[in-house]
Parts: sequence; structure tokens; C-alpha cells
Amino acid sequence: MPRVHVPNQAARRFTGGQTELEVEANTVRRLILELDRRFPGLGHQIDEGMALAIDGEIFQDAYLAQLNPDSEIYLIPKIGGG
Amino acid sequence: MTYMPKELQKVVGTRPIRPDGVDKVTGKANFGADMVMPGMLWGKVKRSPHAHARIMAIHTEKARALPGVKAVITAEDFPPIPSEEAFVGEGPMNFRDLSRNCMARDKVLYDGHAVAAVAATSPAIAEEACELIEVDYHVLPHVIDVEEAMTPDAPLLHDDLFTQGVEPKPTHASNVAKQIGFTKGDLDAGFRQADVIIERRYSNAPVHQAYIEPHACVVSVAADGQTTIWSSSQGQFMVRAYCAKLLGIDISQIRAIPAEIGGGFGGKTLIYLEPLALAMSRKTGRPVKMVMSREEVFRATGPAAGAVIEVKLGAKKDGTLTAGEAVLKYQAGAFPGSPVGPGCMCAFAMYDIPNAKVTGYDVVSNRPKVAAYRAPGAPNSSYGVESCLDELADQLGIDPLALREKNAAKDGVKALHGPTWQNIGYAATVEAAKNHPHMKQPLGPNQGRGVASGFWFNIGGESSAACHINEDGTAVVAVGTPDIGGSRASMAMMAAEILGIPVERVRPIVADTSSIGFSFLTGGSRVTFATGMATTQAAEKVVEELKKRAAMIWDISPDAVEWKDGKAWPAGANAGSFEPLPLAEIALKAGRTGGPITAEVSVNAQGAGPGFATHICDVEVDKETGYVKILRYTAVQDVGRAIHPSYVEGQIQGGVTQGIGWALNEEYIYDKHGRLENPGFLDYRVPVAPDVPMIDAVMVENANPRHPFGARGVGEVPIVPPMAAVANAINDAIGVRMRDLPMSPPRLRAAIDAQELPRAAE
Repeated sequence: MPRVHVPNQAARRFTGGQTELEVEANTVRRLILELDRRFPGLGHQIDEGMALAIDGEIFQDAYLAQLNPDSEIYLIPKIGGG
Repeated sequence: MTYMPKELQKVVGTRPIRPDGVDKVTGKANFGADMVMPGMLWGKVKRSPHAHARIMAIHTEKARALPGVKAVITAEDFPPIPSEEAFVGEGPMNFRDLSRNCMARDKVLYDGHAVAAVAATSPAIAEEACELIEVDYHVLPHVIDVEEAMTPDAPLLHDDLFTQGVEPKPTHASNVAKQIGFTKGDLDAGFRQADVIIERRYSNAPVHQAYIEPHACVVSVAADGQTTIWSSSQGQFMVRAYCAKLLGIDISQIRAIPAEIGGGFGGKTLIYLEPLALAMSRKTGRPVKMVMSREEVFRATGPAAGAVIEVKLGAKKDGTLTAGEAVLKYQAGAFPGSPVGPGCMCAFAMYDIPNAKVTGYDVVSNRPKVAAYRAPGAPNSSYGVESCLDELADQLGIDPLALREKNAAKDGVKALHGPTWQNIGYAATVEAAKNHPHMKQPLGPNQGRGVASGFWFNIGGESSAACHINEDGTAVVAVGTPDIGGSRASMAMMAAEILGIPVERVRPIVADTSSIGFSFLTGGSRVTFATGMATTQAAEKVVEELKKRAAMIWDISPDAVEWKDGKAWPAGANAGSFEPLPLAEIALKAGRTGGPITAEVSVNAQGAGPGFATHICDVEVDKETGYVKILRYTAVQDVGRAIHPSYVEGQIQGGVTQGIGWALNEEYIYDKHGRLENPGFLDYRVPVAPDVPMIDAVMVENANPRHPFGARGVGEVPIVPPMAAVANAINDAIGVRMRDLPMSPPRLRAAIDAQELPRAAE
């Protein structure tokens, strides 16, 4: 099952302090929906301000991105640039 | 998507002349300020002379009465916007703040903050009218310095700003908008394992992006509300969206047409003039043109953040890093939103440090709201970390480049912010630097050599591109991303490579918001990667269509046609015996075979591939004057695959030059009232040609497998290492460690005195 790492601040706000979660999902969209179902508001927070590092590669605004059963996902701030 | 190996590429990797080059060097290119329309009015902005004040009243009667004045606007002409945070443009954005940055409401928050604007029949009348506007201010105490702004008794800019990211939620307002942190491993244990611990404090100044072209626009609102905006920006879709939001109108009402852009570097990812011109055009029914002066650019548009960086490093005697900690305090300017997040993530990104912690603070003060600047946030934190690493190398007696090599992050290493690195080229840049002839060049008296490394994420995102085949077999490529660094050339090259025709037969253009699908702005080193992906896919669709048309002409199956060297060929003997059909012949018969041949593709590109760089800098210090001469500079960078090597080298050279300016001279100087004293290029010293040597750009090509030609973003990471590289070189030259930027002659002189006078007294 994909494993999601939640930053400390988001964990304090949404997950009761849990920084590692296992989530049954095979796409980013399903991951966000499931996280929001379990921790209301976290999905919106991800949509508005976070990127996902999936197995070392950063995805932003990418609902279609695929997850593997052993995917490691880190929630990080969205990246812009100059 | 297919990755085309380097050996098969015929156009990509060559150096054709850029399609926009002749117009630019002959002065014919149309920049933002070149647009003229019949019946056009001129807009000017009335700006605050105070760093912090409450607006008690604005008297516009005298200005309105001046002959030639057609409109006067204030914040009352804009709808109030509730606080609403979103990630748009190049970072977190609050549209209430954006509205109030364009036109102050209730309070002015920095010297130069807009309080009113005038549209008149001439620039002189508009300026005179601005003089006639009287504003009653209640002047408030102000704060400029980031650490002073963080103190509990500092003047508060926003009484509804409470620090995010701390528990319990604060009950008192603060200038600290946000605290953010990243941790890895066990920091205390890491420092306990260390044989040497070093702890230092550094600072760098907010600097301007210093694009040559000031902000400029023309806006025309028709009687039915249809609005056209011509402006110079890093994103016509960004201009359209922000104006619609700030003025409460539908996006469909606005067509934004991009002008040529005379530099942006992140500073043109926001709007300043466009909503004012739109409001005044809507009032008057006439086009309104606005052009900033250089002084206005400095006083009122976004600088890059400055920062205070506290770094602590622990290492074994052999140089193995055991722990790293950093505290970053970033200037956001008048509204929250400094790039402290990426600053935190970039600080230790180059290194495999098992135990690390970075804490960042986003701090408001009475300066203009910061805007993005190449690799926003990364140069600040990297200056601290890369300087501290040099001090650690000195203490350990280890060569600075060898220390970096020993601790270099490689594939499989987990970064502080979480991801496990894959396909990164940092170690290759260190290796290439180590073996470069530059490292063997002898140094003379008062000369020194410094090295430093840097990282930037690079991004992809939404891009659209269209490929049209003309009747004569030439092609047009239209994209939705402004060309800042030569992207039209690289788009034409990628399309030409796929179509199999000479690049000169492909005409690339930047299309307006009504002519191409949505595209995110030009920034984040994303255009060659993301728009290049859309362009390539559009060209591939066109090739598929060309094969179908050839099949129709030959009356065979499309599967029996292959495309090579710009021609359709029968795919083997079974397909039949036909002379190859050149693109031009197929194009000529396009009407008869089904109509125009064209394709548009929109993508949301992922997998941009991170960028790493290692720089070598030689300096000579004049100890009498404190003047630092850059003798030689070599910048090694993992560029993925260079589509047009000259423009990759140009990006590297430009970024390095801006980094040298940040290192040596650039800073905002405020008087005791918080007024900017150096809003012009005479007193704000950017590097000019004699200040820098020819910068040797060394391209390490570690292809990005997610791009059809292997490209990575290249435009941002070059500005990350220079500040530390120069500081480390100065220390190597004369043994003086500069921990506060800029290292300008007076400051360096003072540092030399501070070090040498006590010795002399002994």
C-alpha cells in the first residue's frame, strides 16, 4: 500500500500528529480523496499548496499520476520559480 | 513519449541564429512601451512618500479639474477582495494582498506604494495631476530590517497577521507570517558524532531583478466591456487571470497580448500597472498607456528576498558530515510570501547529511512585496551553507571541493525535504569542476579561488503549443509562454527535428490568450521542458497526419508509410514503389487530401528533473580600496540535454553575472524615514561588461528521460552558487571572511581594517 509522509505542521493540523500513513490508492486523485475523507481539510490543503514527491519525482497538480503499491510519497510545499 | 537519443538528433544541439535576434539588435522589436493606439491616454501613479502610514483622506478635486485629465482612481475603484490564499503564479498568493499592493487601501506599507492614479491626454499632464492629488497621512513607525521586524515590539504592518505553523495558535499579531520546518534523522545525535562543529551567521540583502525594460502596458476596454491588454510580462495568461480577479470581471472578457520582454528573471510574474490602466480605460472608454520610470521600478516592484541565515555544521575529522542545522529569516516585503519554503528545501540539497533540520521564517517589513528571482529562496540559504562549508573545510584542513565530493548527494539518497534522489548529476558537476583546467591555474598575491555548489528543483506544468503546416511546406509553431531566454529558437528546433525540415523553415511565435490554449507563465525553468514537450507532441501529431495524407495520395494504408528527413517514404517493399513525398508536396495538396494540416497539444508536464551546479571563481582583492576583481569564473552545470547550447550558456552566464552583482554590490539603501535612497542604476550598482570576465559555462549532459530530447531546466540554478563562490574566493585571497552581503568596497575595506588594525596595534 502506498505510504504517505505528512510534514509536521500539516500533521499537527490535520492528522492528529501522524506523519506516516498508509493509503489505498492507485492515482494521486484517489490518494487526495482518501486523505480528505480520513482527515477533512487535508485534501484541500494539498490541492492549494502542496506538491507530491512520488518515489523521488515531484508532481504538481497531477491527479492522473499513477501510484504503485510500494510508492513512497512525500507531501512538500509547491514549487514555483523565477 | 519517446526519448530521441543524441546520435539521432540533427537539429537539436546545434546553434542556429535566434528568430527574434535581428529585430532585437536592430531596435525593431516591439516591447511593452512601444505600443501606441489612436486616442490613447497616459496613465501615471501617485505614490506614497512614507514607509508606513494610515491614509486618512485622498483629495482628488484639483487633479480632476486640470484640463486634459480624464480619470482619477483610488482603491475605491477596485472591489474589496477577501483574504484568500492560493498557489498561483510563482508562489503562494493572496489576492487581497495583490489588490492592495497594486493600490493601497487604508494604509501605505512602503515608500513608493501606489495610492492613486491618473489618466490624461499627455504624460506631462498626468504627472502634474498626480502632484495635485493631496493625501492626508497619519505617519506610523516603520521597520525595514528582518530581525527587527521579528521582535515583539516592532511596528506591526498587519494587525490581522498571526504566525502560521506554530502551536498553539498565537493570540497576538506579528510580522512573522509563517514558520516552516524540515527535519531528518536525529540532530542531537548527529552533532554528538561530530569531531568538529562550526556555527556561523550570514546575511544577504534584498536585491532587484534589474531587468532592463521597466513595466509597461496599454489597456483598451471597449464599450461592451471587451478588454485587450498589451503588456510585457512573464505570462499573458497570468496577466489575464490576475486582472480579472482584481477587477471582478470574467476571464472571457479579456484578451492579453504579450509584447517582447526586456528581461524578467521572476520579477514579471506579478502585475502592477495593468489593473490600474484597465480601471481607467473602463472609466474613460479610451486606451490607457502606462510605463514605469526606473525609480518606480525600484521603489514599487518586487525585489528578491534578503535573508539572515544561521548555519551549524558537524563533521568527522575525515570530512564526513554528521549533522546540519539552519535557521532562515526571509524578507517578504509588505505582504507575506517570501520564498522561505524553497530556501529551506534547497539549503542542504546538495549533500548527504544523515541528520538535519532547517527552520524558516517568512517576515513582513516596510519594503516592496518581494517577487520571484531566479531560483527564489535558494541563493539566500545556499550562500550561508556554502560559506559555512568552506569555513568547515578550512578548519578540517580539507580541500573545499574534496569536502563537497565526499558528501555529495547521489541517486538513492533521501533529501531533507523527503524525496529520494534519482537521476541527479550533482556529483558529476563536482567531478567536472575538479578536473577543469581552471583548478590548476596559478594564483598571484591577493588572488584567491573559491568554489560553491547550488541546487534548484525546476518545474513542468501546464503548456500549450500548436503546429501549423503552411501551404508551401513551411511551419508555424505557436506557444503560450513568453520567450525570455531564447525559447522560440528551441521550440522551432524541436519541431524541426520531429518534422525533419531545416529550422529556418519553422516560424515560432508567442500567441495571445485567445489564440492558444492555457499556458502557465514562463518561470521555474520550465518552458524548454514543458512547452517543449507540448511542441514536440504537436509536431508528432502533424507527422502522423502527413503520413495519412501521403497514404491517401499513394492509395495505400497509413501504416505502410514512414516519415524520415522531412519526407514520406513507403515502409518497405511490400508498401509499393513510390518516390518519397516531401512535406512541401503534401502541403500543396492539403486541401484535396482533407484540409489544413495542424495540431494543438496541451500538457501538464511532470518530471522536470532537478538542476545542480558547481562553480569556480578567482578574484583579486585591492586591499587599498576594497575593490574585488573577478579574474576567472567557471560554471559547471547539469543541463540534461542542451537544445540550443548557446542559449543554455547564455542562461548560465546571465545567472552568474546577476549572482556576482548580488555578491559584490547590490543592495537597497533606506534613510531613517524608510525612504529608498538609491532607486536608479547610478546608485544601485549592477555588474556591467567590464566587471565580469568571459564566464566559462561547462555543460554536463545528464539527459532527463522524461523529456523527448532529454532537457532539464537551466535558467535558475546558475544564480545559486556565485555569492558563496565569490565570498570563499575573497577569503582565500586575503583571509577575510565576509559574512554579510554585499561585499562592496567600503564594507570590505572595513572588514580588512577590523582584521588588520588590532594586529598592527599588537
